[in-house]
Amino acid sequence: MFKSLMTWVDDRFPATKMWNEHLAEYYAPKNFNFWYFFGSLALLVLVIQIVSGIFLTMHYNPDGAMAFASVEYIMRDVPYGWLIRYIHSTGATAFFVVVYLHMFRGLMYGSFKKPRELVWLFGMFIYLALMAEAFMGYLLPWGQMSYWGAQVIISLFGALPIIGDPLTLWIRGDYVVSGATLNRFFALHVVALPLVILGLVVAHIIALHEVGSNNPEGVEIKKHKDENGIPLDGIPFHPYYSVKDIVGVVVFLIFFSLVLFFAPEGGGYLLEHANFVPSDPLKTPEHIAPVWYFTPFYAILRAVPDKLMGVMAMGGAIVVLFLLPWIDQCKVKSIRYRGTSFKILLAAFVVSFVVLGWLGMKPATPTLTLMAQIFSAIYFGFFVALYFTSKNEATKPVPERITK
Amino acid sequence: MATEGVDQNKRRFLTNTTVAVGAVGAGFVAVPFLASWAPSERAKTAGAPVEVDISKLEEGRLLTVEWRGKPVWIVKRSEQSLADLPTLDGELRDPASENDQQPVYAQNATRSIKPNVVVMVGICTHLGCSPTYRPDLAAADLGGAGWKGGFFCPCHGSKFDLAGRVYQGVPAPLNLEIPPHFYKSDRTILIGEDGGQV
Repeated sequence: MFKSLMTWVDDRFPATKMWNEHLAEYYAPKNFNFWYFFGSLALLVLVIQIVSGIFLTMHYNPDGAMAFASVEYIMRDVPYGWLIRYIHSTGATAFFVVVYLHMFRGLMYGSFKKPRELVWLFGMFIYLALMAEAFMGYLLPWGQMSYWGAQVIISLFGALPIIGDPLTLWIRGDYVVSGATLNRFFALHVVALPLVILGLVVAHIIALHEVGSNNPEGVEIKKHKDENGIPLDGIPFHPYYSVKDIVGVVVFLIFFSLVLFFAPEGGGYLLEHANFVPSDPLKTPEHIAPVWYFTPFYAILRAVPDKLMGVMAMGGAIVVLFLLPWIDQCKVKSIRYRGTSFKILLAAFVVSFVVLGWLGMKPATPTLTLMAQIFSAIYFGFFVALYFTSKNEATKPVPERITK
Repeated sequence: MATEGVDQNKRRFLTNTTVAVGAVGAGFVAVPFLASWAPSERAKTAGAPVEVDISKLEEGRLLTVEWRGKPVWIVKRSEQSLADLPTLDGELRDPASENDQQPVYAQNATRSIKPNVVVMVGICTHLGCSPTYRPDLAAADLGGAGWKGGFFCPCHGSKFDLAGRVYQGVPAPLNLEIPPHFYKSDRTILIGEDGGQV
């Protein structure tokens, strides 16, 4: 019965073909470890955000006079509204946690290297769209931090020569951040950017499945195939990795629920305290800081005592990540077989990213600004040093096949 | 597609011109969508001038009013503060107000029409936060004894003196903006119009 139904469908739509190409007969390396959970988890969080977001739009009001109150209405009066909103706000943090870990995995095992440059680039565009999505979403509660955060970030564009001021006016649609800004950010947050992100995710996965997954050994499993053309070190994604990923999902959901039910505000780091005060265009909060996932770039912005240069440094910190496949010229992919220089550089990069993230949450004092300058130099130094050392790195011999 | 006896040049020309005309059309269609993001007529007309009564403003105090959605400050400075202004010139980016951040009638040593009363837009020229009024002399967190009162932006640490002039070595590039304004009488200021003087 089911079989004949599938035949009927397959004659008209490539359902079985797609299932096989991307799941049942997609051969992934047999040695995926812990770090390979985060791609599928990112997909899960995307679904969580879309579903919870759809339900929030049913009660939210994107109007300068009513937005703040409608969020409070969701929190107090809508049945389970608090839960849906906390799922969405916790999901935003979870998204960046899994995406940062996913990107770090790529750095460690050289997953951005030839032939996976486009996988990396599509991924970077997803990251960029995700940052825009998170930033615009953060304006919607229309609290003090929403308002002044948006004011600062939009003003960044004002640093550009000549077009700067007209551009910020065009983005805001008003002489200050106002209801006009709120309304367009709402449209972009709930319609435009989710569509962009979905399209990019599809491109990311299609590109990945075209070239095949990398693995912790950094060897190409397609080099050694059996008589049927199946990689000797590959196993079908389904059921092997679909089942493995379900374990990851369960563990992830435990942590997600812990935050969701016990610390949805995250001590003021996930939902900032100043955002429980309605937006006031006449008064900036004492201390404004972005949410944690933007703070490394914010610290770089503040480290430079010049408006245009600061904005360019912040933009450059993201642009340079796009160029990684061409900056790192080492032929060896995995950190397991790379030289000591790479291990030291990568460690320094991770430390600088974490320290900058912490500095971005703190007020700007002279000592902390100096620290931000030092760690910004280390952040950019990683890419410069990598460019010069990666070509002649003292690497270890890479095995032909996956042995461990 | 049949390729025999086909004039490839003609085919290429037709393809290219079709693409070019299509691109121009797409460009024209984009205009209304992009233009719809500009400030609406309603937003443009909301910028009416504001009249402020300053008769109750005491020396050393700051009054905030809203004009075009932005905070506008009116500060009454003491004789001591006015005397301190020139002593700071060496520490400022633009002590003589040479950048176009004020109407001509406020382009003077005190950046004001009447020396003691200054009117400024309370928006930091760095990234648009509203700085905090710090009239406390010699504030330890603002450089100690050298601090003669002024404004400190909590967002990124920019500092301005009591005439809204920006200090060196901070991220803000320009002095605070002085809006067009004039005295309707001794006790009222109209913010948003020049009152005939330019």
